Amino acid sequence: MLTIATGNKAVAAAVKQVSPEVIAAYPITPQTEIVEQIAEYVTNGELKSQYIPVESEHSAMAACIGASITGARTFTATSSHGLLYMHEMVNWAAGGRLPIVMANVNRALGPGWNIWAEHTDSMQERDTGWLQVYVSTVQEAYDTTLMAFRIAEHHEVLLPVMVNLDGFSLSHINQSLETVELGDFIPPLRLPHAIDVKNPRGYGPLTGPEEYFKFRWDIERSMRDSVKVIESTEKDFSQRFGRSYGFTDDYQCEDADVVIVSMGTIGKEAEVAIDLLRKEGIRAGSMRIRWFRPFPKLDLSGRDVVVIDRDYSFGYGGILAEAVRSTCRAEPYSVIAGLGGQEVTYDDIAGFIQGRRPGEEYWFGVTPDV
Amino acid sequence: MRQRLAMSKPGIGACGKTGSWRVFRPVVDQEKCNQCGLCEMYCPDQAINEELEIDLGFCKGCGICANECPKKAIAMVREEK
Repeated sequence: MLTIATGNKAVAAAVKQVSPEVIAAYPITPQTEIVEQIAEYVTNGELKSQYIPVESEHSAMAACIGASITGARTFTATSSHGLLYMHEMVNWAAGGRLPIVMANVNRALGPGWNIWAEHTDSMQERDTGWLQVYVSTVQEAYDTTLMAFRIAEHHEVLLPVMVNLDGFSLSHINQSLETVELGDFIPPLRLPHAIDVKNPRGYGPLTGPEEYFKFRWDIERSMRDSVKVIESTEKDFSQRFGRSYGFTDDYQCEDADVVIVSMGTIGKEAEVAIDLLRKEGIRAGSMRIRWFRPFPKLDLSGRDVVVIDRDYSFGYGGILAEAVRSTCRAEPYSVIAGLGGQEVTYDDIAGFIQGRRPGEEYWFGVTPDV
Repeated sequence: MRQRLAMSKPGIGACGKTGSWRVFRPVVDQEKCNQCGLCEMYCPDQAINEELEIDLGFCKGCGICANECPKKAIAMVREEK
């Protein structure tokens, strides 16, 4: 069905169709309409889920963990400070091997208090063992949320998935949305280590130095195995519903002399910049990273690379730029742009590409008087 | 089977029968008890079974059962040394 929706409403619509048994959320700023809309679905009977309005984001993830270990399908949504408040439990969800799906609306961290788009919040959860995917359109937010459940719950993965969408520039923007008839796209969840009341166990008890590393390795093993599960899920999605994605969304990259690498909505804006540059005869392309964990293999050899980071690791550099630098042995021109919702237009992005200085870092908008 | 998550079977831990740590012992007045089962539910050591029998081998005498009992049927009595 073709409709119009915001990024928030699109995620909620996908969750309604997947119908998790338990949804837990905390409704304070910086929470989003995702959980408001889901609460409405539950209230009016369109969605038969247990909806737990908890007392904090830490509790939201804890409630999802408790529900998930029984074998129930679970979902929560959060944003920026809410995500960081649940940080401890975010680690527990992955270590517990629980296929929880969470939508995170990427927003900047305070102070100063700012509720606009930035990726530093989810980047701080980078090493928790969650799969992370970053989307750029309302349609992609919907499609990816559907796929996230199937990927997380696949027996070769059994790790939680975080679907990231930019605050305001996607969460609150209306675009067209084509919803699907889900059919049997997402099979029932079967958690092999679910609680069995007839065979009681302690879950995640004290694990000594002679055993602990084995469980860490198992997370990594599943993270590596998730690559082919993501590929097969996206392929099946494409065959059923006609829309295909991938680890990266490549635009005019084949013959490009220079490739701009970015994530989220800026990556979509970059495609307009590429069109402008191509008209001027500049062979530029855009590579928008969708899956950040597991991090994809990028083919950037023989080209100039410009990376836009909507995040920063203080005392080091742009986090995406670092990932590109270390995995591709490229020396990118690292642009720090869009922090805290800073406006970045396609003209700006075209300017980054034209004025690139490989190996250097550039903070967009920072002048000597700042 | 591939073990993704560390799991343990309940059993006697490395400290043995921890009931020896107890200072106060729960004593149930069966006249007052209405078999509601709250003591079983609240016991942090699962030292109370479904028949509401207290396993003094593991009960550490915390007194939560006595505190939760709506009939005040559990008294905490100092252990004789």
